[in-house]
Amino acid sequence: MKHLNEDELVLHYYGEGRDAGVEQHLEACAACRANLESLTRVLDAMDALEAPEPSETYGSRVWQRISPQLGQTPERWWTNWFAPRRLVAVAAMAALLIGAFLAGRVSQRRQMAGLSGPVRERIMMVAVGEHLERSQMILVELVNNESKGPVDISEEQQRAEDLIGENRLYRQAALKSGDRAVSSVLDELERVLLEIAHSPSKLDSAEFEQVRQRIEAQGILFKIRVVSSNLREREAPPHGKASRAL
Amino acid sequence: MEPSDDAAVAQVRAGNPDAYRVLVERHSHSVFRLAFRMTANEQDAEDLVQETFLRAYRQIGRFDGRASFSTWLYRIAANCSLDFIRSRQRRREQQTPVDEQGQELEAAVAAGDPTPDRVAFSGELKQLLAPALESLSPMERTAFVLRHYEGLCIEDIGKALGVHSGAAKHSVFRAVQKLRKVLEPAVSTARS
Repeated sequence: MKHLNEDELVLHYYGEGRDAGVEQHLEACAACRANLESLTRVLDAMDALEAPEPSETYGSRVWQRISPQLGQTPERWWTNWFAPRRLVAVAAMAALLIGAFLAGRVSQRRQMAGLSGPVRERIMMVAVGEHLERSQMILVELVNNESKGPVDISEEQQRAEDLIGENRLYRQAALKSGDRAVSSVLDELERVLLEIAHSPSKLDSAEFEQVRQRIEAQGILFKIRVVSSNLREREAPPHGKASRAL
Repeated sequence: MEPSDDAAVAQVRAGNPDAYRVLVERHSHSVFRLAFRMTANEQDAEDLVQETFLRAYRQIGRFDGRASFSTWLYRIAANCSLDFIRSRQRRREQQTPVDEQGQELEAAVAAGDPTPDRVAFSGELKQLLAPALESLSPMERTAFVLRHYEGLCIEDIGKALGVHSGAAKHSVFRAVQKLRKVLEPAVSTARS
């Protein structure tokens, strides 16, 4: 008798995709019932993690805090560049590009004012690492899509479009700083993102399969993982390890 | 009588920012609960509530009404929280290697005196729940919180996070697998 796996038990616990076969098996199989009971105890225990209940006036307090910031112009496509979490990375990127340009003009490498080399490199690595992580998510979702019929990839396209401009900047910066491994992967990634962004939004199963095969054939996911892993190592504070240029 | 969500959204889109107040006051509590379960920190959760409403306000032109406003807002809150815990995890990983974090958690579980009163639900076991959630990857944690605490089905979790349901399902499974590994010994001890 084939026992139920944990995934089936999890779906059963949450009441998703009720399956008569699963129910019947549980009635007949003591081992699977015991496994389900054990799973249930752990998941029920998670209910003890309570969220504090805010006061009745909490909504008014939130309003008072945010209302002075409302009434601003609706978001434009470029506003993401000025989001606080990206501002540092974008500023560092701009400084790096300008620095590289000036270095070429005067034929002399100079340190950018303000940030030290290692600090600048770590900011860059964090920014590129996050960019690769976001890109990887889109590709993984496409590759893992199990739909049999037509597929709507409009959401992935929107996200790919958002990433293309960013990717171009990072690729140029990596190229200027002589990091061929990163610039090469970003170059391949850019082509894949462009292909996704410029495909029709609704693909029949054959067209979708072609897109998926092209992603897999290029091995881009593997290359992203390798580069991301290298970047994470390099992001780590230098405990006696010499920092490397991006 | 206060306007419905749809009516308030229409007023905001017509250029009346004050109409947003109804939406903020109506949905702040539920967004807070979600943010708290994602962050396990009251202050972080409050910051995320504000960021969620600000982001939703700026993006309200994109709200197409296919889902309800609350679903759309949840999606923004979940993504704000996901961004936040990714960034927090990245900072922590730079300070403490992931393996060490896992070892610390497992050591905390193993260190408990196996008497029932010590590991009662109101005691140490309860204190292990938040760290256990924190041991999950950001995507696993988000998917788990949406499934377990918010009651979203797998398909809706996928929609909320902009991933396909296969990826959402996989994240929930991985989350449960990890939680079980960490918590099962303590839960069993609590019963004995």
